[in-house]
Amino acid sequence: MARFIARRLVGMVAVLFAISVIVFVIFNVIPGGDPAERIGGRNQTPALRAQITKDWGFDKSLPVQYVDMMKKIFTGSLISYQNQENVIDRIKQGVPITLSLAIGAAVIWMAFAMVFGYLSAVRAGAFTDRALTILSLVGISMPVFWLGAMLLYFFTFKWQIFPTGGYVGFTTDPVQWFTHLLLPWLTLAVLFIGFYSRVLRSNMLDVMNEDYVRTAKAKGLSERQVRVRHVLRNSMIPVITLFGLDFGAVIGGGAIITESIFSLNGVGQYTADSIVNVDLPPVMAVTLFGAFFIVFFNTLVDIAYAWLDPRIRLGTAAA
Amino acid sequence: MATDPYAEPPVLPGTGDYAREAGIPPSEGAAIEGRSPWYLAYRRLRRNRIALAFGALFVVIVIFCLAAPLWSHLVAHTGPDDEHLTEQISINGQPTDVVNPTGIPIGPGLHSKFLLGADQSGRDVMVRLMYGGRTSLFIGVMAAIVTTVLAVILGLIAGFYRGWLDAVIARGLDVIWAFPVLLLGIALGTALSASGSGLKIGPISIPDDSLWIPILIIGFVYTPYMARPIRGEVLSLREKEFIEAAVAQGKGATRIMFTELLPNLWSTIIVFFTLNIANNMLLESALSFLGAGVRPPHSSWGSLISDGYDVIYSAPHLVIIPGIMIILTVLSLNVFGDGLRDALDPRAKVRLEAAALEESH
Repeated sequence: MARFIARRLVGMVAVLFAISVIVFVIFNVIPGGDPAERIGGRNQTPALRAQITKDWGFDKSLPVQYVDMMKKIFTGSLISYQNQENVIDRIKQGVPITLSLAIGAAVIWMAFAMVFGYLSAVRAGAFTDRALTILSLVGISMPVFWLGAMLLYFFTFKWQIFPTGGYVGFTTDPVQWFTHLLLPWLTLAVLFIGFYSRVLRSNMLDVMNEDYVRTAKAKGLSERQVRVRHVLRNSMIPVITLFGLDFGAVIGGGAIITESIFSLNGVGQYTADSIVNVDLPPVMAVTLFGAFFIVFFNTLVDIAYAWLDPRIRLGTAAA
Repeated sequence: MATDPYAEPPVLPGTGDYAREAGIPPSEGAAIEGRSPWYLAYRRLRRNRIALAFGALFVVIVIFCLAAPLWSHLVAHTGPDDEHLTEQISINGQPTDVVNPTGIPIGPGLHSKFLLGADQSGRDVMVRLMYGGRTSLFIGVMAAIVTTVLAVILGLIAGFYRGWLDAVIARGLDVIWAFPVLLLGIALGTALSASGSGLKIGPISIPDDSLWIPILIIGFVYTPYMARPIRGEVLSLREKEFIEAAVAQGKGATRIMFTELLPNLWSTIIVFFTLNIANNMLLESALSFLGAGVRPPHSSWGSLISDGYDVIYSAPHLVIIPGIMIILTVLSLNVFGDGLRDALDPRAKVRLEAAALEESH
């Protein structure tokens, strides 16, 4: 087990390094024009550009520039030239809001996906299944920002059932926290409900043909017991792997659109605002941290699996 | 026992009962005619009414968008960028401001000009919708071609040569795959469209407002999602006897890749291509909404929503209409692609969209 973890961690460090190089290449190498002009934001002056060129070492060689950029990001001295704000501090402020959004949405999407997937699989071919299939395909085909805009328009403006965007801290007022977050949760969850219920349905249909399911039936378990205790439980394994990946992705930047639609002042909205202002340093930092977080999270999931299932840590899948 | 609604009529898997599958009465016995796998797939697809209906819907949408100049010249008599801020049209005999003094544009109604209303600058939404759809579809299809070409080449090389070349390609794909699609698209989109940048690779330089920027970004971002399964398929095909035979015949590597391996990949490629267009259109709309995709003077369905979002409380039709078009187009491609997959490989266990559909949000 220790060897497996060590190998996995070495692999993780290599991937993190590759990711940081890619981020550097995306922002500093591929685009044309003067990099200082790109980073300087909208209110730049020639003096600021000269300052940036010096700060970032744009007159030096690429490897030196890379080291400078990483130093800036990891020592927390990255500054947005748009409003002279420290990027890392601003991201730290946004994290609790993004977490509130992601965790709530994850609870909703897993609950609905399990119910829909289960119903779809046990009623395969019947009307329920067809209706749920169409419904989940519609969910998958809907642009998230459009869904958010529609919910916002109808529920907060037209019918005024929910408060308009913004965020209220859980410790300030739990009820307000909940009503302010319900629509964003749903917006973020719909795509995943559609996707996960389809995956769960096809997993369940596969598992139903397994020998151990026949054995369970043969030993006299009721249909319901077989479905829940044997079929559903075993079908959830791949779904949970997917969940690990997606949850990491949502925290690592996937909630950008939902946050900006509902004016939740988390990491996502900060990114969205920075894009509008063509303020590159925050976009750089969020891209890097987002990808780092996902890789880190995936490594954790892998290690947890290896701990649960010896076949993984001993087999070739470990590489 | 539960059954899959898209499944075949009772043909036992693995019995090779292709004659029955092709609808030939078993009594014909020895007179069974050989059918190509493509013909069988076509027959299966033809039986899937839902998939066909949605495929037809996609064709209708494409024709709708292609007809943009016709509508613009013959019916609406206005271009997508013509502003009619101070004009009036007659509705029910009443002269009405296209954009009233408080800035609220007219909504949809049965008038040949402004059939779907106007936007806040007094532009005809119907005309803009049709032209915007051309941009969205163009980006969706072109990006899918970029993805497919890159993925097939990388997958073939990695899977055929194996060894260190495969290791390098596979790791590279893994690293790109580690980024969430939207975040990578945003990073590239913002970096490339920031003031005075644009894309510069060697002698090729693309200006920052070109449609090729979002096309290349989207095409690149989705490449690992297609290249990884293709590589896997090539790795397993490579072990088959017909490749051994081709090597024994002295065929070169390039020839084996393109005349032996590629024909066996077509069904995977076709299914991926269809679903990929759908995902591309969703990603394009999200990037355009955030301002990292299509840039003026071009407009797509995503940027129409983005423009209309500023005035959603006074003119919701500017957001609702292009959104419905995106949903219909993406849904039609998803359902048709699904049917295509079932037809080409009825026992497909790998859910392709599992790879292709990750976080388009």
